[in-house]
Amino acid sequence: MSGRGESGFVNRRAYRKRRAADAARLLPVLGAALIALPLLWRGEGADAGSTAAAMLYLFLVWAGLAAVAAILSRWLSDEEEDGAEGGDG
Amino acid sequence: MGTLNILAIVCVLYVAFLFAVAFVADRAALAGRAGWLRSPFVYTLSLSIYCTAWTFYGAVGFAARSGLEYLTVYLGPTLVMIGWWVFLRKMVRVARSQRITSIADLLSSRFGKSNAVAVAVTLIAVVGTTPYIALQLQSVSLSLAAFSGAGGTGAAGDPGLFSTALWISAGLVVFAILFGTRHLDASERHPGVVMAIALEAVVKLLALLAVGAFVVWGVAGGIGGTLARIDESDIARWEVTGGRWAGLTLLSAMAFLCLPRMFQVMVVENQDESHLRTASWAFPGYLILISLFVVPIAAVGLWRMPAGANPDLFVLTLPLSEGAEWLAILSFLGGFSSATSMVVVAAIALSTMVSNHVVMPLWLGLRGGDAAVTLSGDVRNAALLARRVSIGIIVFLGYAYYRLSGGGEALAAIGLISFVGVAQFFPALMGGLFWRGANRSGALAGLAAGFAIWLYCLYLPSFGPTALLPAHVIESGPFGVSWLRPQALFGAAGMDPVVHAVFWSLLVNVSVFAGVSILTLPAPMERLQGAQFVDAFRHPAQAGRSWSGGQGRSEDLLLMTQRIIGAQDAHALFSQAAREQGSSGYLPEPTPEFLQRLERLLSGSVGAATAQAMVSQIAGDAVVSIEEMMAVADEAAQTVVDSRRLQEKTEEQERTASQLREANRKLMRLSEQKDTFLSQVSHELRTPMTSIRAFSEILRDADALTAEERNRHASIILEEAMRLTRLLDGLLDLSVLDSGKIDLNVRRGALSEQIDRAIEVCDGIDRIRILRDPADEAVEIETDLDRLRQVFINLISNACKYCEAPRPELRIEVRGRGGRIEVDFVDNGMGIPEDIRAVMFEKFSRGGERAAVGTGLGLAICREIMSRIGGEVLHLPDAEGTGFRVILSPAGRAGGADATL
Repeated sequence: MSGRGESGFVNRRAYRKRRAADAARLLPVLGAALIALPLLWRGEGADAGSTAAAMLYLFLVWAGLAAVAAILSRWLSDEEEDGAEGGDG
Repeated sequence: MGTLNILAIVCVLYVAFLFAVAFVADRAALAGRAGWLRSPFVYTLSLSIYCTAWTFYGAVGFAARSGLEYLTVYLGPTLVMIGWWVFLRKMVRVARSQRITSIADLLSSRFGKSNAVAVAVTLIAVVGTTPYIALQLQSVSLSLAAFSGAGGTGAAGDPGLFSTALWISAGLVVFAILFGTRHLDASERHPGVVMAIALEAVVKLLALLAVGAFVVWGVAGGIGGTLARIDESDIARWEVTGGRWAGLTLLSAMAFLCLPRMFQVMVVENQDESHLRTASWAFPGYLILISLFVVPIAAVGLWRMPAGANPDLFVLTLPLSEGAEWLAILSFLGGFSSATSMVVVAAIALSTMVSNHVVMPLWLGLRGGDAAVTLSGDVRNAALLARRVSIGIIVFLGYAYYRLSGGGEALAAIGLISFVGVAQFFPALMGGLFWRGANRSGALAGLAAGFAIWLYCLYLPSFGPTALLPAHVIESGPFGVSWLRPQALFGAAGMDPVVHAVFWSLLVNVSVFAGVSILTLPAPMERLQGAQFVDAFRHPAQAGRSWSGGQGRSEDLLLMTQRIIGAQDAHALFSQAAREQGSSGYLPEPTPEFLQRLERLLSGSVGAATAQAMVSQIAGDAVVSIEEMMAVADEAAQTVVDSRRLQEKTEEQERTASQLREANRKLMRLSEQKDTFLSQVSHELRTPMTSIRAFSEILRDADALTAEERNRHASIILEEAMRLTRLLDGLLDLSVLDSGKIDLNVRRGALSEQIDRAIEVCDGIDRIRILRDPADEAVEIETDLDRLRQVFINLISNACKYCEAPRPELRIEVRGRGGRIEVDFVDNGMGIPEDIRAVMFEKFSRGGERAAVGTGLGLAICREIMSRIGGEVLHLPDAEGTGFRVILSPAGRAGGADATL
């Protein structure tokens, strides 16, 4: 909320937090895309189509998503700013 | 059998330990020393209620049958958790601000606190959860059988398995009742249960990791060996169909949000919104760990176990066959933990829904409204009893499903049936949270349609080809209509049955929900709740509709509250509220804030709709706020009408007052004139009396008077005496007329003759010219002719006296009008001044300064006479000079005498 009325800009921290919220909204979309990716592998060579490789890939993606979520949750950890939510839609 | 005994002892000890943990946690929470309970990690671990026996046993079976597809069940929830900012945060926020106690309560509250929605959701949830509970029973029975040696192959339909399952069901019912319904908490939070679940989460994770580590490093010879085993096994190829992969991921994501037990731990038991932040990454981490060794165990199991072995039990049978009995016991404990925690929490969540939305409204309804709330019965005991019975029924339904379905299905397949059932809540849930246009009718219609399709396409066929749906219906559709085949609706024959059911039920559900919502109008309450849900972050402080206070009666509220949450809690609550209000007593004022708080608190025990109804009943205020606003608007409109009425009345009073003022002025003038007249009369009487006395004295005392002089003096005396007589006659006439005691002498005569005679006797008639029309005057009249003549004389002499025209004229006109006769006397003088007109017919009224000669009684006498003989005398204000009209009415002419007597 701070500074919004006067300059139309929020301070750096609030700005950062809003972009983190944007990222938090986008993360599940990215995750869904990455999870669906192995479906494209079917036509390719024998190595790419193995369960072991798919497992490795999926668990890495999975861990990566959890890690990004952990970072985002830290960015979003400040006092909740409800007004920012309404403004950013 | 020795192992089985050890197993039994271990289980009992484990359950006792769990119960102790729960008890201690409950006590700590009650005493407010629950800081360690509020850790976000406890919350995260409690979410692992998602990982049931399905995960513990079924995932390996799933993987052994269809490779990596089992991951979809965990990837879906992962997407939900990392997207917490969008969905979960809002759900938790709304649920906390509205004091939501279950998913049925959430949807009911969103759609106008509608109990119909709550009942529908409860019904679907109960039916949808039965396969899930059956899954747990099946897995625990199978695992017990595996230990006893008989179930190594997981033989389906074994009667021994069913009896085991029955005993397990009974044990779980007792367990759930002891855990979940020891007391009735307004917030429906169970810190003890959550703590026990968190502990079980650790146990099942450790057990699965231990088995996994044993399999990888103990059996397969390290990571490289394990990967080699995977490549050699039947599931080495990545052969996942896109439809199932995407469909199951989506399905599990939806189910994760909609499962009653997930809602219980994720939303209802949530202590702090910020816990979601930690859970957003920690829970996916937990899911990674618990599914990490699934494929290795499956691959090694397929390699080491005999061909017919049930892959659902590899987690247990692999250590057993490798001789690691203690690991097997740990594994059994993990599975037992998974199954029991699921059944306990699902039973608690469902029994809360059943008791709050089905049993309590019915019970209160049967007890007859008012009486139920304030007089008889103990709502608290009834609610607890309802919950205990519900838990029994719910677990028994699960057992019945297990019995009916034959227990032969793969665990994961059973679980997916449940998932599709509860996913029917998803459209209404998302629509409710993000779309203000969603309304009650739409939600009900969508739920019903989706539920019906799920029943037809997935649930009923799941009992096997002969149990509930005849085989020919599944094969060729009802009545041979192939387009209605339950697993190939509208010819969609190529789809996997689960994906098929997900697709059709949700498609129809969403379409009906959106369509009906668009086409129907919501009630005010729905719109209000819709706004509060959708804009949950915009109005963080104010939630729920407010009570208009002042009408509630605190004693009755206290009576009602203590029936529901118990006397001690109720007293504590009320006295705390009273203290907060700054009052010294133990009863707070029923302020809107307090009523709202009370309503939310009670909604924890009896549901939002019932709580509102109960508080309404006592607070005497059964309308919702928009309706209240409408009432206020009505009131305002009424006020406007009232004030207008008041204004009209005021104006009327003003008119009356002005009339009164007018009358008063008239009275004042009359009074003044009376005074003037009295002094005039005195003067008039005095002057002749003075003359009479003076000339009488002269006559008496003076001797030397000539006869002529004496005669003149006597004449003066006589004249003055006659003047006195005239005055007194007039006064007498008037008083006689006034008192009404006159005798009328009614005779018949010609009008012209009366006028002639009146003119003859008038004084000073010479100075005025009389204009008459003899033809008009030829009228016979019958009245008191003498009195009538007196009126004429008066009017004519007035004209003689007051007409100041240079050449005075008096016009006398006679007209007959409809049987009555009018006689006008109009002169050519100045007319009567405006200010005199109003009083000229009154007694003592005189024609201003010019009237010094008159007695002021003439017109008054005229009016009295005319009213006596049946007629009237009027002033003609628009005549050229002074004009009067004498009207003789027919009655006056004929029987005036009778009329006066």
